Amino acid sequence: RLHSLHVLSDRFQETLARNQRFTETPVKMPGADKETDLSERIESFLSELKRCGRGAGSLRDSAETARETTALLRRITAQARWGNAGELMEIIRKEGRRMTAAQPSETTVGNMVRRVLKIIREEYARSRGSSEETDQQESLHKLLTSGGSSEDNFRQHFAHLKANVIEAINELLTELEGTTDNISMQALEHIHSNEVIMTIGRSRTVEAFLKDAARKRKFHVIVAECAPFCQGHEMATSLCKEDIETTVIPDAAIFAVMSRVNKVIIGTQTVLANGGLRAVNGTHTLALAAKHHSTPLIVCAPMFKLSPQFPNEEDTFHKFVSPHEVLPFTEGEILSKVNAHCPVFDYVPPELITLFISNIGGNAPSYIYRLMSELYHPEDHELYTGK
Amino acid sequence: MADSDGRQVDSINHSTGKICKELTKEEKQRLRKEKKQHKKNKKDDRGPPEKEKEKEKASVLAPSKPATQSPAHKAAPVPVNASASESPVAAEKPAKSKAEQRAERRARQDTERASKQGKKEGGQQSASSKPKATPNELQPVVKRLPEHIQVDDPAALKKLAKKLERQQVRQINIVPLRSDYGYKVSLFSHLHQYSRKNPPTQQISIPATVIHPSIVRLGLQYSQGIIAGSNARSVALLHAFKQVIQDYSTPPNEELSRDLVNKLSPYISFLSQCRPLSASMGNAIKHIKKEISNIPSQCKEEEAKRRLQECIDSYINEKIILASEAISKYAIEKISDGDVILVYGCSSLVNHILCEAFEKQRKFRVIVVDSRPRLEGREALRRLVKKGIRCTYVLISALSYILPEVSKVFLGAHALLANGYVMSRVGTSQIALVAKAYNVPVLVCCETYKFCERVQTDSFVSNELDDPDDLIVTRNGKTHLENWQTVKSLGLLNLVYDVTPPDFVDLVITDLGMIPCTSVPVVLRVKNVDQ
Repeated sequence: RLHSLHVLSDRFQETLARNQRFTETPVKMPGADKETDLSERIESFLSELKRCGRGAGSLRDSAETARETTALLRRITAQARWGNAGELMEIIRKEGRRMTAAQPSETTVGNMVRRVLKIIREEYARSRGSSEETDQQESLHKLLTSGGSSEDNFRQHFAHLKANVIEAINELLTELEGTTDNISMQALEHIHSNEVIMTIGRSRTVEAFLKDAARKRKFHVIVAECAPFCQGHEMATSLCKEDIETTVIPDAAIFAVMSRVNKVIIGTQTVLANGGLRAVNGTHTLALAAKHHSTPLIVCAPMFKLSPQFPNEEDTFHKFVSPHEVLPFTEGEILSKVNAHCPVFDYVPPELITLFISNIGGNAPSYIYRLMSELYHPEDHELYTGK
Repeated sequence: MADSDGRQVDSINHSTGKICKELTKEEKQRLRKEKKQHKKNKKDDRGPPEKEKEKEKASVLAPSKPATQSPAHKAAPVPVNASASESPVAAEKPAKSKAEQRAERRARQDTERASKQGKKEGGQQSASSKPKATPNELQPVVKRLPEHIQVDDPAALKKLAKKLERQQVRQINIVPLRSDYGYKVSLFSHLHQYSRKNPPTQQISIPATVIHPSIVRLGLQYSQGIIAGSNARSVALLHAFKQVIQDYSTPPNEELSRDLVNKLSPYISFLSQCRPLSASMGNAIKHIKKEISNIPSQCKEEEAKRRLQECIDSYINEKIILASEAISKYAIEKISDGDVILVYGCSSLVNHILCEAFEKQRKFRVIVVDSRPRLEGREALRRLVKKGIRCTYVLISALSYILPEVSKVFLGAHALLANGYVMSRVGTSQIALVAKAYNVPVLVCCETYKFCERVQTDSFVSNELDDPDDLIVTRNGKTHLENWQTVKSLGLLNLVYDVTPPDFVDLVITDLGMIPCTSVPVVLRVKNVDQ
């Protein structure tokens, strides 16, 4: 542990000293420089993740996190020692578990790990020449007749597997870089002129989406400021730079102005497996108000935000930050007698959502389960019980 | 005019076809004169009655002239002038198709006009000459729109400026027109938006003795937000009026009942410039004015003043204090042990209910929901915690998280509208909406003096815009909206009120009992009959 400490910057040192829950044991790869370098990078990434969870106001750009995770996984593939696909998957799963444990609310990390695992499976299957990739567990018949499961086959060694996997991960990285542009390109299909569009908080995807539409169309945007972090203010000033007519409203006025809104376009932190959302707090109210006025609710979310989680797990669902944001310490004597809550996320059920716009096009919420089965292998859904 | 009259008489004896030609010639001659008169009269005439009156005048144009010679002589050209622009077109059509009806109407209106010779302008004549409905019929629907929702209409603003001018004393404008501040969102360009940094007293000239000092103080307290909340504002207003009445002395040759009402008008204009009047204040003012005008003229001044003071005291006592006692009694029946009650913002009535329930040993806990930028919930939190009630505090964006725990929602109201909508602090409708989605009952507590006869379906038409600078906040040393005025396309919207549809509200608790939201007009009718 000491070895990795002295290469980290002072900032991280502070956090580590303060952080009592640093229970993970660092990966001990004795010997080669390459491996200590790798473990250092993993450590620094983990610390970054832990640090960013402190205040939701500084939510890291999910796209950045996804890119960094994928780059790190590529590095692990390139530098770690493994003989066959099974070992590689084991290593990646282990690292993946540590990364998701560092920041459970940052689901893009887990999503990328699962994507890479699926890539490995596919490349392995392609190297073997088998055609099993397409149907995984489509029918009971296949389950019964296929006999032995495919896991034992991962023991085979292929010379070009490493190169293939790295190439596939590079493709994934290129896809990640183009997501925002892909989504913005669809903007003109959904926004007509003289519309009033409502949004909440700050989403970089929605920002790019609206700015792209503003190049050709004139419309008006209402931004709900989303207390207590008031990220809506940043969004409004950024939109104004492109000469978009923007109005900032407090959260309490969402229902009051909803009758004049034509569309609601929001971003989200995660898209859950049933088509629901885990988005910034206040989004559920916005969705209910839109439903009441029959206003379409459009969610702009790139594919890497799609997570195989279902919303039934109460304990993994909510994240809270310091109630100081809600009831500051200046309130003095009543603080000790009052419970104050400051949840960060809201769950929005899929019935309230009209459309998902992602880098592969527009989809209804009822189709999300299908997209998920294309992106992730069902055995990877639970990183904790994987083999 | 005699010539034209002669020609008119001749023309009537001919067939209807010729009447048309004769009429048009006559009309052209008179049009020029009428137009000049019409421009003078236009300002004083009202819109809709104007047009109706014009049509009627036009239809009786021809027969009216020969029928009444000298007395109606003067009266006839005047209504004719007043109905200038529409008369040619309107005249031709009735002349063509309704000759028989014209004769009947002529007879009727001759008698009416004969009785109205001494009256001045065509406007007043026409208003009374319209065929009157039976006296038991409902009041005419066309009312004057309140000024504070006509900011985008330059004619209305001019009217207000003139009205304030008329209230000047010794050539000093006592009530200055307050100017709007900042960029207004286009949807709300019909409302005022004032800044707290420009108090309304800046333009008041000294001597300000024309406005009573307690009224000036009250106005400043309203505009700075020191006194907020429907009940508090009404009570403060009534106390200030008591002070005014105390210091009032009837000038010679004036009657107290008329002069005092005139004295109060500029005060009320001043207060509405500081902050638009609330529905409760409006009702209180109406009550006082009625009481003042009911004072018999032979009453001595001291006696009259004492009576008025008593009347104000009893109004406050009955409508506010005793009403809240009655509402608490009803509401406490609805609170059971183990309840989790959600309240929003700071409503004096709801706080009173909760404190009473706590004193009666009910076991419950309270969740206080608050919203930016006013953060009134903190005040409610302080009051409840001081009593010893267990409280939780969240912001309104965390509503979906906290609602599964809640068993009842208690809301206060600013006013109850005649179509059943509840006008209350902005955010109330959101709470009612989400509570409905989670099947939590919503109870609104409101005294009957806040019921008003207006109707409204959305939060845009009649609302109040607060100081937009309140939305600016500094976090982590950064203020994003600091220079929002300089950015061309950025607007800040700080609404004060919103309306909740009646299907979100399950019950309204008033001092008359527990009623559904849609029974508000029934209560209003009952109250009107009582008075």
